[in-house]
Amino acid sequence: MSVTIRKTATWIEETHLEMGKPISPPTRKAVAVAVISNPFSGMYQEDLTELMETGAMLGGLLGDKCVAALGITPAEAESYGKAAMVGENGELEHAAALLHPSLGAPLRKAVEKGAALVPSSKKMGGPGQVLDVPLGHKDAAYVRSHFDGIEVRLNDAPRANEILVAVAVTDSGRPLPRVGGLAHEDAEGKDGLR
Amino acid sequence: MGELILRKISVVVEEIHHEGGPIADVPLQRAAAVAVVKNPFAGRYVEDIQWFMDDLRPLGLDMARRLVTALGGADRIQGYGKGSLVGAEGELEHGALWHNPGGYAMREVIGGTKAIVPSTKKVGGVGARLDVPITHINAAYVRSHFDAMEVGLNDAPAGDEMLLALVMTTGPRIHSRSGGLEAWDITGEDGLR
Repeated sequence: MSVTIRKTATWIEETHLEMGKPISPPTRKAVAVAVISNPFSGMYQEDLTELMETGAMLGGLLGDKCVAALGITPAEAESYGKAAMVGENGELEHAAALLHPSLGAPLRKAVEKGAALVPSSKKMGGPGQVLDVPLGHKDAAYVRSHFDGIEVRLNDAPRANEILVAVAVTDSGRPLPRVGGLAHEDAEGKDGLR
Repeated sequence: MGELILRKISVVVEEIHHEGGPIADVPLQRAAAVAVVKNPFAGRYVEDIQWFMDDLRPLGLDMARRLVTALGGADRIQGYGKGSLVGAEGELEHGALWHNPGGYAMREVIGGTKAIVPSTKKVGGVGARLDVPITHINAAYVRSHFDAMEVGLNDAPAGDEMLLALVMTTGPRIHSRSGGLEAWDITGEDGLR
């Protein structure tokens, strides 16, 4: 495979205090990114198989990194998300090829189960640009307390011929959920929705 | 009940003809409506916040109608998404208040859509940008319609404001070819496939 990883990075974010109220235990979100070379930069390539295969590899790699950073067992993961930002010589569809066909299965293995759609986002962008990774409950997409997002940014990526790929995993919902809707405890987690 | 204080609304329409590949006969359109409102809970912890969803309902409907108008009618809409960006004196949870009024406004205005409206939220300062995720309106697994649109305003959100966004699209990514469930193969009943 001609795709190479230039760098990876992993962040973990713990919220101990929200609007003056202590959060105990703290809510925790992890996001792991890989900056890869874009094999199709600067040209229109019809067959995107190579990126789809790279997506499968990254789903496991980045999912495992998140779970390890949180220090949890895979079953303790509660929500997840994925996103990609394509450097200027690439095409939005390159992000789709990385994210959608094959990244989900190994990510679900990393977090055990995962009946729900993995929420996603994609865009074109340059070094230093922010990418928001949406988050949703891994087994029941309508769990309202787990709708969230996490921002990632690298000062030096994606360069024009690169793609930044991000996977996020949490072990909790928002710090102070109180807008109603389906609760984590009440989710059945069978159809992926409720 | 309070009174919604709206500072500004912005509507952006992108028209995409190609992205390095074949030029489309009909360009893809993506539109975003962004509203900046005062956050009634800024600066302190307020336990009971759900009443603000009622205040946001008319705004959601107004924004959804603006998008449908900008894109040429409800029957042209194929994808949607929503997001919120809470000013620095607010709390992430305040952004979650947009789920119900924002999502159901689009469902009502487009008419009986089946799929969950994808979303994202964060706290941010003036000039922050937000990537609003997009999926197909009737079947969340339609791969060609997974997309996103970056929104933001140079002068918002101030510390005591919230920036609320709705987005709609008229079709798949312009060079969609990553396979998966196609829009013409959906049953469109369970919201997923």
